[in-house]
Amino acid sequence: MPNLSMIKTPMSTQEPCVRRQNFDEVAMGYTPEQAMQEAQRCLRCANKPCTGGCPVGVDIPTFIARIAQGEFEDAYQVISRANSLPAVCGRVCPQETQCEKRCVRGLKGEPVAIGRLERFAADWHNAHTKPDMVEKPAKNGHKVAVVGSGPAGLACAGDLVRKGYDVTLYEGLHLAGGVLVYGIPEFRLPKSVVQREIDTLQAMGVCVQTNTVIGKTLSVDELLQENGFEAVFIGSGAGLPRFMGIPGENLNGVYSANEFLTRINLMKAYQPDSATPIYRAKHVVVVGGGNVAMDAARCAMRLGAESVSIVYRRSEAELPARAEEIEHAKEEGICLRTLANPVEIVADDHYGVAGVRCVEMMLGEPDASGRRRPVEKPDSVFVLDADCVIMAIGTAPNSLIKSTTDGLKIQSWGGIQADQQGATSRAGVYAGGDAVTGSATVILAMGAGKTAAAAMDAYIMEKQ
Amino acid sequence: MYKIVRKDILNATVTRMDILAPLVAKKAKAGQFIILRVDESGERIPLTIADYNRAAGTVSIIFQTVGATTEQLARRHVGDYVMDFVGPLGCATRIEGLKKVAIIGGGVGCAIAYPVAKALHEQGAEVHTIAGFRNKDLCILEQEFAAVSDKFCVMTDDGSCGEKGLVTDALRSLITSGEQYDEVIAIGPLIMMKFVAALTKEYGIKTVVSMNSIMIDGTGMCGGCRLTVGGEVKFACVDGPEFDGHLVDFDEAMQRNAMYREQEHHAHEKTCRLFREGVR
Repeated sequence: MPNLSMIKTPMSTQEPCVRRQNFDEVAMGYTPEQAMQEAQRCLRCANKPCTGGCPVGVDIPTFIARIAQGEFEDAYQVISRANSLPAVCGRVCPQETQCEKRCVRGLKGEPVAIGRLERFAADWHNAHTKPDMVEKPAKNGHKVAVVGSGPAGLACAGDLVRKGYDVTLYEGLHLAGGVLVYGIPEFRLPKSVVQREIDTLQAMGVCVQTNTVIGKTLSVDELLQENGFEAVFIGSGAGLPRFMGIPGENLNGVYSANEFLTRINLMKAYQPDSATPIYRAKHVVVVGGGNVAMDAARCAMRLGAESVSIVYRRSEAELPARAEEIEHAKEEGICLRTLANPVEIVADDHYGVAGVRCVEMMLGEPDASGRRRPVEKPDSVFVLDADCVIMAIGTAPNSLIKSTTDGLKIQSWGGIQADQQGATSRAGVYAGGDAVTGSATVILAMGAGKTAAAAMDAYIMEKQ
Repeated sequence: MYKIVRKDILNATVTRMDILAPLVAKKAKAGQFIILRVDESGERIPLTIADYNRAAGTVSIIFQTVGATTEQLARRHVGDYVMDFVGPLGCATRIEGLKKVAIIGGGVGCAIAYPVAKALHEQGAEVHTIAGFRNKDLCILEQEFAAVSDKFCVMTDDGSCGEKGLVTDALRSLITSGEQYDEVIAIGPLIMMKFVAALTKEYGIKTVVSMNSIMIDGTGMCGGCRLTVGGEVKFACVDGPEFDGHLVDFDEAMQRNAMYREQEHHAHEKTCRLFREGVR
């Protein structure tokens, strides 16, 4: 008997007044009973519209049917055929614009909670198995290199190692995981979840080389010519943080979101005994409206700020962040100052921040992105008190790899040029994720990593 | 893990270490830097490469004990390991075509200035070196500099070694005595580089300075090392660490480097206390 409830089975979360004081995970996941109950809301549509909305094509109705039957490990196996990081995606994918957007149940009421069910299956698997229980694929005798251990690189490495390749995964930082470990905070994606995925890849035979910056320590050409790799995938990520170019941006107390989040997540600056310092501010202003802005604002709150405001130049409807993150941020007391734009960061007497001078905005005609262009309202200057400002307004391309790889073509804005399959202008060199698209989502980067893995496999097999 | 294969105490607060890191040694050039982490819970700190030996696969670092991390590092011995060691990062010093150069080193900055002086000497340039220290006890690398410099003088604040005075005094007298330099390369405390750049600007001599900013990843991702150069925002890690000294906003850089001074001071005290109590 299907569950005809119009709403998703609720998932328990930490109370906002509690969680805003800790870095533990906000959403606590489904119990087996809740998962089975929610799974029974799925109508098992024959044409699987949800799967069409998934960038990696997970067979969603099938895995949900397994959960409904209580076959949780089977459910995980169905997901993992298409998705090598289900515990991550169940937590950070923007399901409301992908699979859940196309769910028939969503026409009248809420869609099936596909993301929560994916997370449940993955967490079940991780709790009931160990990484070393994974089957080691038979080697095919070919060597490939993956540059960058974020979502694109992990997905690419995962698919290639399963096909039998000898995969080496290069990471510039001291810990693998890319944005999953330096960017996305613990309360949204516990680092143990990411580490588990990496442990599994290593158990399957992926060799992880941290502390190796491709473009500096080794070049792509050296990987191909001297280190015996037959193909290389570049998933080096988004690059350099952007600033607005307004006065006061280099004051102490002004961070890029990348720096602020890296200090907190990768370097654990929120823990009292951490060796890495962070400025503990009273009044924080975050500029930007994406997931990164939400993450930075919620981290600032957890570090003990009295007030945290997000300043965004368009209206709330245009906020690019996931709906759940916006909701959670608001519940935690973060103030949304939409239709506002900073024009100056005001200094105090000690080279610190005293406030942010802003102007009010209004929405004009649609721009190239199809969204209504924000325009300044005349005579609308106001000042927000702040002692810390975090810029979360996107990134600009990093030139480390392009400047050290002969013949690698670049797009007009500086990202690496790659076709639909991830092939670059250099034979044997593939690329995907933010390095190609600019800042996007975890799942899109994973999709690009998977597509490129298939293309690299075809390229090497054909060459033989 | 990266093994410490040699350790020399250069003076009471300055230590030299050779670290086994063959991939870094293979690519290292004067002017570039590395980032290291002493142990699992340590912070990432940038240190400029002082020397390298490609055959032995080692990279030399010279550092002054100024905070918790350098304190911890200085207490490691030959045969011990550091957890992480990544590089070479940043751009190398550009010395091609230079025929006559004044090298100004200040304190532990001399450690970074030395490989530049050596490289210039090896390419046949005339090298005049001025090394400044607070006092005799803090002097380092005098013999090394003397061996690669056509003129070499030491300046100390108290006159306990070489001449009493500032490096800018010595540089001014060389310039006014008629020496004509293609370039001045100044590496040391920000305040020293600021005044060297101010002096050479008067005489219109191109001046390169090495910026040791606070940073985390060292590859452009965090933006913590940003500074203003000629009115533009630059990242020390990928655009530098060397910049045109006449364009750098030193006052801003000094403020930025002091951002965590209080927290750094507490962390250093705590580390020293733990060492005293034998906890570490």
